[in-house]
Amino acid sequence: MARQVVAAAREIEPGGRKLVEVAGRAIVVFNIAGEFFALANRCPHKAGELCKGKISGFISSPEPGVYEISHEGEVIRCPWHGWEFHIRTGKSWCDPRTMNARAFEVKVEKGAQLVEGPYVAETFPVLVEDDYLVIEV
Amino acid sequence: MSPIISAIDCDVHPTLPGMKALLPYLEPVWRDMIEVRGIDSFESASYPPHAPLSARPDWRDGRVRAGMDVPEIRTQVLEGLGADVAILNCLYGVQLALNEDMGNAFTRALNDWVRAEWLDHDLRLRASIVLPMHNVEHACDELERCAADPRFVQALMLCMGEVPLGRRSWWPLYARAEKLGIPIGIHAGSSFRHPVTSLGWPSFYMEDYAAQSQGFQSQLTSLITEGVFAKHPGLKVVMIESGVTWLPGYMWRLSKFWRGLRFEVPWVDRPPLEIVRDHVRLTIQPFDAPENQEIVTQLIDQLQSDDLLLYSSDYPHWHFDGQDAMPPGISPALARKIRIDNPLATYGRLAIPAPSLTLPANGGLA
Repeated sequence: MARQVVAAAREIEPGGRKLVEVAGRAIVVFNIAGEFFALANRCPHKAGELCKGKISGFISSPEPGVYEISHEGEVIRCPWHGWEFHIRTGKSWCDPRTMNARAFEVKVEKGAQLVEGPYVAETFPVLVEDDYLVIEV
Repeated sequence: MSPIISAIDCDVHPTLPGMKALLPYLEPVWRDMIEVRGIDSFESASYPPHAPLSARPDWRDGRVRAGMDVPEIRTQVLEGLGADVAILNCLYGVQLALNEDMGNAFTRALNDWVRAEWLDHDLRLRASIVLPMHNVEHACDELERCAADPRFVQALMLCMGEVPLGRRSWWPLYARAEKLGIPIGIHAGSSFRHPVTSLGWPSFYMEDYAAQSQGFQSQLTSLITEGVFAKHPGLKVVMIESGVTWLPGYMWRLSKFWRGLRFEVPWVDRPPLEIVRDHVRLTIQPFDAPENQEIVTQLIDQLQSDDLLLYSSDYPHWHFDGQDAMPPGISPALARKIRIDNPLATYGRLAIPAPSLTLPANGGLA
């Protein structure tokens, strides 16, 4: 099991994303209004890179001709075939039972804890006064 | 209707000999127009009389046409093919007249002709209401008018018309059909307002006929994407003489693209194949498969439902020889569903007994 500091929290703005690598896995980290979520950077359909997709809301309809939008900023569309995934859970909209992007938990931890603890970032310096994003794989 | 039924033939074509036959059913002004203008025929070009497909040789029996009157259909379909009930779909082209009033008047006369010269002569006959195709109000009115007679069990449109059938201009018609519990039948054919292929006008009849299944693919897609079945959850559509075996491959394709494009049609909230299973039925002739049991069995498996198919001979069109319209390789249990249960589930009005009629000799049920 690998637990890794992948970014400083302030690096990813709300609505933004960052591609990171944890134990050889490409993972894309999203910031939705200050909450952080991580998905494997690999569409379960044909392995398109989700980090290159557009972020949107979810469009639904109570009847033909009537459009509603919800979950704004919470849907990532694969850049290859447009399949939609809920960033919070990785679930696809078209086939949520069997077709999901793998989701990873993102923890926000204080720099002070990380410096004192066993999990030191290998790729960049950790400052005591900042928050950092930690992913366990 | 007899409680013991062995087959319901959902696609049988009665042949109108010519416009003169409609004269008794036309209002005086249109009767006059026919005489003055010298309109002898309004036959559609969809089934050229001498094309082999248009009538099976043994049914044609040396003549140009077949299916000319009730005794002939009694002998060749009800008795010859062992059908207990036959649904008549008249393909004469009067509903295509571009003059909306003329199309309406001629179509009304055609439906009255079917009722008086066919339905009134054999208790086993049912029919589709032919709808005028160039005016939706007229189509709605004709549906309501004919629906008063329960022997009309379906409304009939042609596959290729002026605009795709899913467009909202048609929806008043679907609302009426849903309310009446009458399925919309879409039969192969064209108003020839557009080329029968999306590429332009073809050179040969062979191209025209083969292109019908492409037309059905596009109409089915239009009905689904425009949201007809979301708006009218009780509506059923029967694709008649559409061919069958293109369906699984095409639905796989459509369902695949739906996954990435469903956001433009958000009312399509489940895979198109599921919508087809709930709303769409197909008649079995032509089936479009080799006479190979194993292959037919595989194709049937790919449909993933036992409810989709309705028995049909497509009389007098020539798709098979002999007396059995059922393709080989269909299990007895499924064959029973196709012959009886699926038609009864699709056409709710089949359960309504025909009113007592004054029948000619041999006209009633045995």
